[in-house]
Amino acid sequence: MSGIRDFFRSIGEGWDALPQNAKRAVGVVLLVLLILLPFAFTAGGAFIDNATKALAYAVMALGLNIVVGFAGLLDLGYVAFYALGAFTIGWFGSSFYAQVNHGKGIHVGVNGVVSTLPGIHFNFLLVLVAAVIVCAIFGVLIGLPTLRLRGDYIAIVTLAFGEIIGRVAINGDSLKPFGYAVTAGRQGITPIDSPDLPGLSEFGPLNLRPWYWTALGMALLVLFVNFRLRDSRLGRAWIAVREDEVAAASMGVPLVRTKLLAYATGAAFGGMAGAFFAAYFNTVNADQFEFSFSIFILAMIILGGLGSIWGVVLGAIVLSYINTYFIPNTFKSLPHHLGLNFDLTDLSFGIFGFLLVIMMVLRPEGLLPERRRKLELTEGIGAGDAELPLEVTAP
Amino acid sequence: MEAASIPVRATRARPFTALREFLSRYGLIIVLVAMPLAFTASDLAQGHGLTHIVQNLKDGVSNGAIWALIAIGYTLVYGIIELINFAHGDVFMIGSFVSFGIWGTLGVTISTGTLGVVGGLIVAGLVAMIACGALNVMIERVAYRPLRSAPKLAPLITAVGFSFILQNVGLEWLGGSPRGVDDLVRAQHVLFTVGGVHIINADVLSIGITIPLVLVLVSFVHGTRLGRAMRATAQDPEAARLMGINVDTTISLTFLLGGLMAGAAGLAYALYNTTVWYAQGFEAGLIAFTAAVMGGIGNLQGAVLGGLIIGCIQQISDDRISSTWTPAVVFAYLILIMVFKPQGLLGEETREAG
Repeated sequence: MSGIRDFFRSIGEGWDALPQNAKRAVGVVLLVLLILLPFAFTAGGAFIDNATKALAYAVMALGLNIVVGFAGLLDLGYVAFYALGAFTIGWFGSSFYAQVNHGKGIHVGVNGVVSTLPGIHFNFLLVLVAAVIVCAIFGVLIGLPTLRLRGDYIAIVTLAFGEIIGRVAINGDSLKPFGYAVTAGRQGITPIDSPDLPGLSEFGPLNLRPWYWTALGMALLVLFVNFRLRDSRLGRAWIAVREDEVAAASMGVPLVRTKLLAYATGAAFGGMAGAFFAAYFNTVNADQFEFSFSIFILAMIILGGLGSIWGVVLGAIVLSYINTYFIPNTFKSLPHHLGLNFDLTDLSFGIFGFLLVIMMVLRPEGLLPERRRKLELTEGIGAGDAELPLEVTAP
Repeated sequence: MEAASIPVRATRARPFTALREFLSRYGLIIVLVAMPLAFTASDLAQGHGLTHIVQNLKDGVSNGAIWALIAIGYTLVYGIIELINFAHGDVFMIGSFVSFGIWGTLGVTISTGTLGVVGGLIVAGLVAMIACGALNVMIERVAYRPLRSAPKLAPLITAVGFSFILQNVGLEWLGGSPRGVDDLVRAQHVLFTVGGVHIINADVLSIGITIPLVLVLVSFVHGTRLGRAMRATAQDPEAARLMGINVDTTISLTFLLGGLMAGAAGLAYALYNTTVWYAQGFEAGLIAFTAAVMGGIGNLQGAVLGGLIIGCIQQISDDRISSTWTPAVVFAYLILIMVFKPQGLLGEETREAG
């Protein structure tokens, strides 16, 4: 165990010791490899499918990481933004509102078959922007009642909002504020327009490469924004609020604005990924907006390490692969080989629950911990343990 | 300059502070009575009289008695270690499943004689209570105790993790769809009628289970040495330790008591609704948590009061709006409580909700 730890530590130290230019070169090479990766696999195959989902989950997890990891506001209703993002593309990128403009539809920036269909059809990029705006607004609305609260109470309020939005998604077909239904209920909104982006070939179920590149682009953008935000004044304010709200406030951090910006930014990324998922799955299915989804995303950032950007990306990729690949394929036949007669796919959320417990008890700082968080956790658990301070003296 | 500006700001702020004070004192009560009053008014305006709303409230109270039992588990645990035990609702679900399993094993059905049914109920109740109590203690030992000095996020996450594990156990146990339970007590049988309101067996059952249990629990917490140790630990664990109280044992005892109540609630739920399924615990847990918060978390009487109120809200919403919207209505109430009075009806201001 310690051998493995030393190995990883030596890698980390070696990386830190590299000159800036070499780091940059490694980054560029990795990026080029990531971009060229789909050419090594069949265009409609399972690998690109799983990779695309993993990237989109990474976008979502990075968004939640801002709220939970940076600002320390435990959000258990993140599924709300998945739902809102998905419904934004349902509203503005499908034939759901077929009766608008006397059945002729509204079209902005779309060409081909889509531009002749009834309903509202915006270009995918516009829809993404709309999803970001809608979710940021809702993020602030959901954040408002939690401003006076702390800890567990925030978790409960956000959870309640998530459940309410899930209920609205299921029952929204009977809500008709201006004569237009809010959602399609359990029936779902389908089909969703395929994205129409410049420079990318046709998006479709048989050619998943453009989907992969879109997801990669989103992930890179969100990663960039995450790093910039973390090191900005706002990011430091978030961390200050997470560490000690009272101290932060007395040092002049505006609590209300800082917290609301965390909610809004986190929500915006969730909405972006939600819109992408809806387009990718070609449906907005009201039944998938459940509490378990929030926990799935939360498990990603816990597994990776709360507040650690690369850790969260790793956690998202690992859990997404467990969910989309290992449980349905590898694990499924495992009980059968052992002579047991049950289906492991049923147990996927039990496995996530188990993972959460195990991670928290054995390695609460996650796979790739953030330095500050690691310090905090090891100090908390190992109080009085003579061996630990040696580990945490690093700045 | 500054001295001059202060009185101006004070006079300008006064109407808002008055409004704020009014809202924080009466806001929750206004919110609570708004829905029943609105439906009563609409009933009266249509000339239906009060029978309908009283019937709703009666159903609400008997249903709320079950939520009260679960809410006690939340409030006890929160009172002592300030943790929302997310797995508690699923412990309650396991209680229902154990009762169901016991009746299956013993072969207790509706056609068994009265004596057999009563015996079956008592055995199932005892086993379910002990099973849930033991389960709750085990969860505390495995998932919360190692994290007691960790940041508060950590035990909350293990709680959610255990909730998922228990749900999956339930899913494997009885499958993904609701299972019918034999209607052992003839739940819908009308016992007597008062002023047009039917009192059915299920009402008597749920209230008959809840009242004695709550009385025993309250007298235990307030009248015994162990109960005093619990209250002392809730007030200040460090001081309690210094006074010679074994804090770990006391916390285990708290989880045991909460689990016992959840087991009894599980039995009552199975008889009351005559169905059980694996997801019942999640929803019931959130409803009961809402009840505990409404009453003032950490406060036993508050949990019971909150349970009864939330039961009424839920019944009115089921009956008058639509049962598909009920969860949204309950959660909306939860958010309103958090906004207007996070310390609840009977609770004192806590650090968390201040």
